[in-house]
Amino acid sequence: MKKIKVEICVGTTCYVLGAAELQELERFLPEELRGCVEVSGVSCLGSCKAGSYGQAPFVRIDGEIMAQATVGGIIERIKSKLEVAP
Amino acid sequence: MNRSTNDASRVRRELMIRVIREFLNDTLAADIDRIPCELRPRDGKFSRCCVYKDRAVLKYRLMALLGIGIETETDEAKTLSAYLADALQRTGKPTEILSVLDVACSHCVTSRYLVTNACRGCFARPCTFACPRGAISVVGNQAQIDYDKCIDCGKCTQVCPYHAIIRVPVPCEEACPVGAISRDETGRQFINFSTCISCGKCMTACPFAAILERSQLIDILQLLKAKRKLVAMVAPSIIGQFSGKLGQIAAALIQAGFSSMVEVAYGAEMTTEHEAKEFFERMKKGDHIMTSSCCPAYVEAVKRHVPQLLPFVSSTPSPMRFAAQSVKAADPDAVTVFIGPCVAKRKEALSDVNTDYVMTFEELGALLAAQDIDVASQEPLPLERDVKGYARGFATSCGVTAAILTEAADAKGIPESDRPEINAKFIDGLDRKAVKQLELYAQGKLPGNFLEVMACEGGCVGGPCAIGKVTLATEAVKKAASGQH
Repeated sequence: MKKIKVEICVGTTCYVLGAAELQELERFLPEELRGCVEVSGVSCLGSCKAGSYGQAPFVRIDGEIMAQATVGGIIERIKSKLEVAP
Repeated sequence: MNRSTNDASRVRRELMIRVIREFLNDTLAADIDRIPCELRPRDGKFSRCCVYKDRAVLKYRLMALLGIGIETETDEAKTLSAYLADALQRTGKPTEILSVLDVACSHCVTSRYLVTNACRGCFARPCTFACPRGAISVVGNQAQIDYDKCIDCGKCTQVCPYHAIIRVPVPCEEACPVGAISRDETGRQFINFSTCISCGKCMTACPFAAILERSQLIDILQLLKAKRKLVAMVAPSIIGQFSGKLGQIAAALIQAGFSSMVEVAYGAEMTTEHEAKEFFERMKKGDHIMTSSCCPAYVEAVKRHVPQLLPFVSSTPSPMRFAAQSVKAADPDAVTVFIGPCVAKRKEALSDVNTDYVMTFEELGALLAAQDIDVASQEPLPLERDVKGYARGFATSCGVTAAILTEAADAKGIPESDRPEINAKFIDGLDRKAVKQLELYAQGKLPGNFLEVMACEGGCVGGPCAIGKVTLATEAVKKAASGQH
């Protein structure tokens, strides 16, 4: 099965506005999701530019940008993705 | 409450970014009074009772960001732009660092013990027997506490088989290691500045974010804009605060307007060398103990609350002082800005002629974000001087001791027979219990001849104004201390 790719933006704006916390995502992944997800850091995605820094931190999940990402929010998104395409 | 990302820290950082961006774009004076309305528009969301209260709170937050204490307000109608004008004129620095935002304070209930509805009004009623003051009675199948009699001893919580009696703390009071924050006659929380050690624990603990620090951002930004020669003195704990290497952080700082970056870890080398020597001398003299002195909140705690320990606190200057001294010696015109995770450093800097300003990691993060400077995409600059690994380790708990031990092991010119054995002890995080322990150390009632005290749990990486997670930052610092950065 193809793994869901979670890329956490480690650009400075995202880091300051919460991505520092997301670095621990893997620790909080529920057991059943561990095998289906690939987590990595990614350099600035550029989403924070043009005054939208209030939406940081950004995460890219299988190519889709997620704004104001939280550990809980990312896990929800992964789960709903798995439900659609098991 | 842990220092971690939450609504309060988000709002604080977003405000910082906004203020910095507007200041650098020359729009702050015109816009600052609008910021509260823009962030809380009339038809938008609010987090307190209404948008108007949120706006009032935001106004005071902006005031603190401008470096103005909430307590100093004499005219409620004074606008933020008028405060900004004051801030741009001032030359001095605030002597008190923390400020209570009483509008945001929720005036937490004082009653410390509470019977919850988990109480079953049982037959045995151990709580009524455990209470030494007879303050508990059972009325209608529920235990009740008579607060006129209750002395907050907590015995009832220990005996209830249902854990139905809980302790409801006042978070700021609970977090303060020295009892410096309490309620005054009017019911407002208030900081007693003669006992406060500026550790910032109340600030992190308050769930309403009602305790603020008075920032020097505006003063620094003004110098930055005037293209003054600003030297960024970064604390050893910067490793692990931003994704990127030290050389990239140096590049980012220069892009942000600083003229150069100096590692305070370099000062930590001097502190270590000096402190190891001092330790030998003191032991020879017959002292029973020497304690570290690099943590400013700890030193303040000793001065104000455990004066009997003061003779045993190392007189070695902190890494910040050594670093600032060497910067000023090389260039007296340089303006030094210490950048760290610490609130108490602001206080320490007031008494250091060589450290001009203090900025936090949060504020630096906001400064970079405001200018769209990304650390990780910078071309790393070569570091101006190499720093010994152990000096970088100062940022974590036990790091100071590790450095002293390394230094002592190859102490030059001191014969082996003259080197006393080091029996090191640690206090990792100051709380009320630890302050009591300090008294015992002063009396020589506890073992150990070298005591390292860090006010923040985990050391500086656990500081109130850090960005990175303590666990990850600790790993990064330890890696750097072993020479892998």
